[in-house]
Amino acid sequence: MLLLDWILIVIAGWLILGFAGIGVLRNTAFVARVLFPAGAALGMALAGLAFAGLLGTPETAVLAIGLPDLPFHLRLDGLSAFFLLVIGAISVGVSVFAAGYFRHGEGTPPGLMCLEYHLFLASMALVVLADDAYAFMVMWETMALSSFFLVTANHRVPAIREAGFLYLLIAHIGAIGILLCFGVLQANTGDYTFANMRAQSLSPLWASVAFLLATVGFGAKAGILPLHVWLPEAHPAAPSPVSALMSAVMLKTAIYGLLRVSFDLLGAQQWWWGVLLLAVGLATALYGVVFSAVQTDMKRLLAYSSIENIGLLFVGIGLGVLFNAYGMKALSALALTAALYHALGHAFFKSLLFLATGSVLHSTGERSLGKLGGLMRRMPWVAWLSLVGVLASSGLPPFSGFVSEWLLLQSFLFTTGLPDSFLNMLVPVLAAGIALVAALAGYTMVKFYGVIFLGQPREPKLADAHPASPLERAGLVWLGAGCVLLGLFPVAAIGLIDPVTQLLVGGGIAETVRANGWLLLSPSSPDRASYSPLVFLLVVSVAVLFAAVLVRKFYHGRLRRAPAWDCGYPAQTARMQDTAEGFGQPIRQIFEPFFRMRRELPSPFDAKPHYRVTIEDHFWHWLYLPVARLTAGIARVVGRLQQGRIAIYLLYSFVTLMVLLVVVKS
Amino acid sequence: MNTLLSQSINLFAVVLLVLAFAMIAQRRILTLIHLFTLQGAALAAATLIVGYLTGQHHLYFSGVLTFVLKVVLIPILLHRVIRRLNVRWDVETLFNIPTTMLIGIVLVIFAFNLAAPIAGLSESVARGTLGIALACVLLSFLMMIVRAKAVPQVIGFLSMENGLFFAATAATSGMPMIVELGIAFDVLVGILILGVFMFQIREQFDSLDIRHLEKLKED
Repeated sequence: MLLLDWILIVIAGWLILGFAGIGVLRNTAFVARVLFPAGAALGMALAGLAFAGLLGTPETAVLAIGLPDLPFHLRLDGLSAFFLLVIGAISVGVSVFAAGYFRHGEGTPPGLMCLEYHLFLASMALVVLADDAYAFMVMWETMALSSFFLVTANHRVPAIREAGFLYLLIAHIGAIGILLCFGVLQANTGDYTFANMRAQSLSPLWASVAFLLATVGFGAKAGILPLHVWLPEAHPAAPSPVSALMSAVMLKTAIYGLLRVSFDLLGAQQWWWGVLLLAVGLATALYGVVFSAVQTDMKRLLAYSSIENIGLLFVGIGLGVLFNAYGMKALSALALTAALYHALGHAFFKSLLFLATGSVLHSTGERSLGKLGGLMRRMPWVAWLSLVGVLASSGLPPFSGFVSEWLLLQSFLFTTGLPDSFLNMLVPVLAAGIALVAALAGYTMVKFYGVIFLGQPREPKLADAHPASPLERAGLVWLGAGCVLLGLFPVAAIGLIDPVTQLLVGGGIAETVRANGWLLLSPSSPDRASYSPLVFLLVVSVAVLFAAVLVRKFYHGRLRRAPAWDCGYPAQTARMQDTAEGFGQPIRQIFEPFFRMRRELPSPFDAKPHYRVTIEDHFWHWLYLPVARLTAGIARVVGRLQQGRIAIYLLYSFVTLMVLLVVVKS
Repeated sequence: MNTLLSQSINLFAVVLLVLAFAMIAQRRILTLIHLFTLQGAALAAATLIVGYLTGQHHLYFSGVLTFVLKVVLIPILLHRVIRRLNVRWDVETLFNIPTTMLIGIVLVIFAFNLAAPIAGLSESVARGTLGIALACVLLSFLMMIVRAKAVPQVIGFLSMENGLFFAATAATSGMPMIVELGIAFDVLVGILILGVFMFQIREQFDSLDIRHLEKLKED
């Protein structure tokens, strides 16, 4: 049997598990203890198969389902295998976590949740396997719909329904873009298989049209700048395992689609496509991270952080397109490797962090950062594993985020070699923007981690917080291990990405990297730049250990416990710690033009003073509300047709008939 | 004999048109149903004659079908409906009747004008009557527009179907059998559903005046 057949069996297994959930609609124990762990096992199998698929040759299959004479074409190649690996590996952690997470009485019954969840996984896997536009769109929409129902699991809350609607709306705008893009790509041949699209050579104008449509379509799903508004609404609304899957995996299917269209289906690339992706990506990253820094809801903060990471991915892809357009294969492969590495790393650390917020939410019932704090003592497993995720997310060595951001900056350093004089002056400047984003991401993560886990509990009820269940911990450990391994063994991981870049640009950096041995990572040559995570870890650990021993031995001897100086104000409570608002305040000041801010300052004579600040998105007022008003206005005008009188309606048909008859006659 | 028969097709066509005008002018619902029955009978006869003249035997079937459906079954259903709803004497139109008749004349002229070039292309024995068939359709449509009650509207709808059927026979010596069967069945089901609707409207508003439905409009 071919690998693809086995993969299809795994996907069918997911679907069977999902429909089994319908049979035991309200049996939470069975769904949680049997179906979700079985789904995790299948996810593991999928990851293994995808791993084998990365190293193997492309395989194709034609499924017997679909419309008559319009079957589903599937294809497993390096690019799809890589994203299947992401889907499989992340789903293991998330499914195990979900087995311990879903409880009684949260809107949608657990059996239905199980169906939607596994349908979501299966459709994502089939999206990356699809080899014709028809199968792709069917799976894409299945993915959007199943995730919509997952987001609105708690549909009795009006805000969640609104978030779901916004998500569905933007998902459909994106789908229209993708559909039109495929329409352009098939170049009037009427054959919608990807093989045919590869064979077509479009004129530069039409190729650009297809590329722009793909950018808008996939960008809407990924959350690039003007289309990002659904992310901070939908992610907090969804249950945590769902937010984790959406942010870690579903956003990546959009990246997959962009890569598939712009590198694989469209033949020759134009340099300005790369510049466009670079500009949009950098703007998105900066916007995302700045908003992330001022959020006070932990899941919204992570959602904005996802926007930032998607921006970084777009920057990497844009750089890849730019190099590729000038025929610099090796550098293009370097930039793409950085982007794909970041996609993999982000999938691990962002799902880890979303799941950790889920544990915190279950244990405390609180999502607002202002009411959390000091949870490290209550939930040590979650806290330590979150620390791994947070460090990876801030791009600190020796975790995965550092490797990918370092590779990205490395590839920026080569942009001075671009043959266009404007580009080789301007593009390197963007690297400074990336550095700013990375620094602000670190700031945001310090805020996230510090406010939730460190310090004193801000509310008395936090004393009752219970630690995460063993299954939840197991899921977090799996994802945390991914972050660590990706950070420690970058050379091996780049070997995984190599087949993808070979497929996309016909080059790879695995050869160069392996030449220096597995210990040292050096994308071009060791003289220029190199990084050895294991050595780094060793040095850091030794230094920390040494310092700890020294402090304990020499300093602790002189320890004297005494009350801290209370600034002359003895009535201090835990609420007086630095808050999330306080921590984000400098960013709010510096980046003030980014926000639409309303502040209510309390009067000095107020006995119960309240301080309230609301931060809104400019795009909401610049783009979305005008469009909504325009739509409502047009609807009002058209609505005048609706008179409510049957005679008038009949008259409409009558007049139409007469006019048509006259037209036909003349 | 054949000349006489082909002349009789024209005669029935004229009968159809006159009946259509009569229906527009008629205020009583009971008489409307009688007129509709007559129209059905004329249509069935015309179909049979066309079938005989052209030797297309499937037209016999459609003729018989028309007779069973439009002369027997649907009138019985309509009679039952108006008896149970007790609306035999309902009278009301949105326009006054002379105005409607004048508009009807304009429509007939328009229909003839329209049908002239098409009739030249047709090879059917009844091609001269295409204009009349079209006029019947438009007149029935007009009747649906100007009536304020539900039952006359339904009769207008059925009468429009008669006109269409006649047009099909006149211009192309009938549609394929399967299509005719389908349409006949649709009309039957349609009348049943509309009957149910009429009872519902009546129950909701204590009247069959469709102007009450204006309240259903969303503001």
